Amino acid sequence: MSDPMAEIRASFFVECEELLEALQDGLQTLYDEMGDGETVNVVFRAVHSIKGGAGAFGLDTLVAFAHRFETALDLVRSGHLSASPDVLKLFFTCSDILTDLVREARDDIPHDPTRTDPILAELDTLLGATPADDVAEDDPIDFEVTTLSLDLDLDAPGETEDPTWDITFTPGPLLYANGNEPQFLFRALRDLGDLTVTCHDNDLPPLEALDCEHAHLGWTLRLTTPEGRGAIADAFDFVEGLCSLDIMRADDAPPPPADLPDLAELDDLAALSGETPDPEKPIPEPVRPTSETAPSPEPSPRPAPAAATPRATVRVDLDRIDRLVNLVGEIVINQAMLSQSVDAAGVPPNSPVRTGLEEFQQLTRDIQESVMMIRAQPVKSLFQRMSRIVREASAAIGKDVRLRTEGENTEVDKTVIERLADPLTHMIRNAVDHGLEPGDAREAAGKPREGTVQLTALHRSGRVVIEVADDGAGINRPKVLAKAIEKELIPADSQLTDSEIDNLLFLPGFSTADRISNLSGRGVGMDVVRNAIQALGGRVTIQSEPGQGTTFSISLPLTLAVLDGMVVRVARETLVVPLNAIFETLAVTPDDLRAFGPNTHVINIRDTFVPLIDLGAELGYRHPLQDYTGSVVLLIGQEDGLAAAVVVDAIEDQRQVVIKGLQEAYGRVPGIAAATILGDGQIALILDPIDLVAQASGHTQPAKPVSPQKIGVSS
Amino acid sequence: MTMQVLAVDDSRTMRDMVRLALTAEGIGAHLAEDGLHGLELLDEIPAPDAIITDINMPRMDGFGFIDGVRAREEFRAIPILVLTTESAAEMKARARDAGATGWIVKPFEPARLVKALRMVAG
Amino acid sequence: MIDPDTAQDRTGDTAAREYLSFLVGGQDYCIDIMQVREIRGGAKATPLPHSPSYMRGVINLRGTVLPIMDLAGRLDLTVDTNGLRNVIIVVANGARVVGLMVDAVSDILAISPDDLQAPPDLPADQQRSFISALTIKENRMIRLLDLGAILPVADEDVA
Repeated sequence: MSDPMAEIRASFFVECEELLEALQDGLQTLYDEMGDGETVNVVFRAVHSIKGGAGAFGLDTLVAFAHRFETALDLVRSGHLSASPDVLKLFFTCSDILTDLVREARDDIPHDPTRTDPILAELDTLLGATPADDVAEDDPIDFEVTTLSLDLDLDAPGETEDPTWDITFTPGPLLYANGNEPQFLFRALRDLGDLTVTCHDNDLPPLEALDCEHAHLGWTLRLTTPEGRGAIADAFDFVEGLCSLDIMRADDAPPPPADLPDLAELDDLAALSGETPDPEKPIPEPVRPTSETAPSPEPSPRPAPAAATPRATVRVDLDRIDRLVNLVGEIVINQAMLSQSVDAAGVPPNSPVRTGLEEFQQLTRDIQESVMMIRAQPVKSLFQRMSRIVREASAAIGKDVRLRTEGENTEVDKTVIERLADPLTHMIRNAVDHGLEPGDAREAAGKPREGTVQLTALHRSGRVVIEVADDGAGINRPKVLAKAIEKELIPADSQLTDSEIDNLLFLPGFSTADRISNLSGRGVGMDVVRNAIQALGGRVTIQSEPGQGTTFSISLPLTLAVLDGMVVRVARETLVVPLNAIFETLAVTPDDLRAFGPNTHVINIRDTFVPLIDLGAELGYRHPLQDYTGSVVLLIGQEDGLAAAVVVDAIEDQRQVVIKGLQEAYGRVPGIAAATILGDGQIALILDPIDLVAQASGHTQPAKPVSPQKIGVSS
Repeated sequence: MTMQVLAVDDSRTMRDMVRLALTAEGIGAHLAEDGLHGLELLDEIPAPDAIITDINMPRMDGFGFIDGVRAREEFRAIPILVLTTESAAEMKARARDAGATGWIVKPFEPARLVKALRMVAG
Repeated sequence: MIDPDTAQDRTGDTAAREYLSFLVGGQDYCIDIMQVREIRGGAKATPLPHSPSYMRGVINLRGTVLPIMDLAGRLDLTVDTNGLRNVIIVVANGARVVGLMVDAVSDILAISPDDLQAPPDLPADQQRSFISALTIKENRMIRLLDLGAILPVADEDVA
């Protein structure tokens, strides 16, 4: 078994991630002026808990920073400091630093104080500007010392003979009421050295007058110990103020009265004194003082039990879930193969085998969905990372930018979320850097100085859509076009639609920035973003309105594991086309079909001409057909409209398939998204329709057979 | 019977630490996530020999929890240790006023936690 | 006296390793048996569009997608398309697993490093770079295949 401390340490860092998320969340709520007293408490508690755990592992840098941050938050909590936007911006930065410090601590990365120091100085300014100076004086160094040096051992060892101490101890009533037990105190003292205990029962009233709420006994103790006064006082730490206590060096004090019985044996104590409750014999139970004998604490305002009881959760290694996902995938395939065998065996419909199989199928799907749910998590953590990107990016170039988020509880497969971080970061930076105008330009355009970047997540028709929208100037199309021509990315006489110009941004190596800022435009272009999104089975589209802003939409599959697809046949090969890309299917009539160029056709779909793409020819399975009349076509498109009519030989089925990565096994194949295993055990490729259309040659005239090298390869 | 302790803390790390410190000493540990959960748990488990509680917790803080424990006849004698980073004297006074037996300042050493427990609960 | 460590090292150096030998396009090849995952019969491969002609496609190997490479095609040997090259050697090179389609599996040979010789440098042959060593067994020249060189680089646009 592994080291339990190492496990707790690992679990601490997991908890930190959750606490940091709660912190971010709370700060954002406060920033949006939606918070209340409890929001401040939550924020405070998050930092407080990080500090507490960090202290346990001796993560001093983290403790020190968390402590300062916590101190400032405490001022807000106590009402000494108001959570103004400026203060909150500083808190956001603190939370970013705290995040970094947590990661540094986790990964054992040395800390660079040049990053934290200015922020600490800002915190100090903030704290100094508030009336609560006493809190501000609480230096982080002090904090560590007070918390870590608990086992005080102030007296130097050195003395050859252990000194003897005389201790007079008379409990007050509260001592018992608070659950203290002299017997245990003495035991702790006995652990320090030689102890002699003498009980004074002089004050003990006759039994009938015995008042359980009063303490009547007192003790004199003589202790010979190498430990110092500190260690002795330590033992009485909890009862300090609840008793009268006197600790003296024996040589300084008169010896204890000799006429009192010595009680050398501690264990006899309980038997002798009925006053001290013994766990075994709880006869005179210490009673909580009434309001007359002791000031009862004001009944703490007990918060009404919140409706949201924390839900029970278990933490599971992701590998185990992945294994489960894979196994369920196998069941789905197996079930499909079984169905196929039953078909082949000619089992009549409505037979028990069929019915049972259908139930099996339903169960399999339910299990599959449930398993997928385990992997799904809200995009919130991703969005929180983005809000940091916005803060840092806007600060770096001196723009006022506010990030608004929506739909952060939208759930997406964990892997998708992880792999989305980089492309999204780039898009956010791009929006801050290029999308939004500088403040002066915004004011001149009659817009608020502060620009807005809106990050939205939503589910739309079985996919997840993530939008990055800015309220900037929109894409400067003449400039983009000029740049593309200048860079010889397109011919100089190109006539492009607005949408085509916008899409030039995705061409490799495209950058419109006049000056290269230190944010975007550093070699990484939108083409990299698009490739990353495509690798996830997603796609990116742009919408831009001059003067109003630009919106990038990422559309992603919910999971990387299953897909609703249409099974089609092309040139004796079976392929799966993702259902969400298919607008409709139809058979080509001679009226619809028009020859377009010498090698191409278009098809008339309700007065819109759409290019005809011969799937068999595009994939190199066969040459273009002689005649497309009567062929089955799939109308393929995405959010922004119809893209192409894809010719297939036949539609066979419509079903859910388990996605098997092709990239890991082989590499990327143009026009192909992944593979799946069909009921007959055969592998079928899953089409990437958008990529296919983008790469398509469009050859639909058999006159000039296409050589394989020319097919589908662009740029 | 071995000593049984109820530990109340909203931080999972702290709960883990306390459990580790206790079980290493053969002390039984029951863990609750906040004051309310702690009170609920008290009704479900045999009365513990001692209670360790954090102060700053959601739903019901340590003061409210101690209050709730001391308000119950059968729990009045149970020693309660407050586990807190608030080392300020004011916090100790408040805890004591609420009925706490003692306190341990975080970060704690396991040995110290156990020592404090032995001091209040044998 | 022999230092036991050194002795061990030397045995490690000179100990014969096991190789799986097979026939491709009438020639003898072999690979380190540690790289062989299994040997299986041929199955109908699903062709991959835009892939080199020696990539026969992919097959289902117990739920995973296994790319199949026609080794004769890869080595640029005359491919007899009617031949019964229906044996697939599933090999692993690091994390990559690929099925090599060969004519037939011959034998398991124990070859000591001393019996391996560097291949001659003949620029006219492209396949030379796929062979890391040569050995002679029973008067037959056996080529040790360099798997790393044979397999196309992953994560690359293969088209």
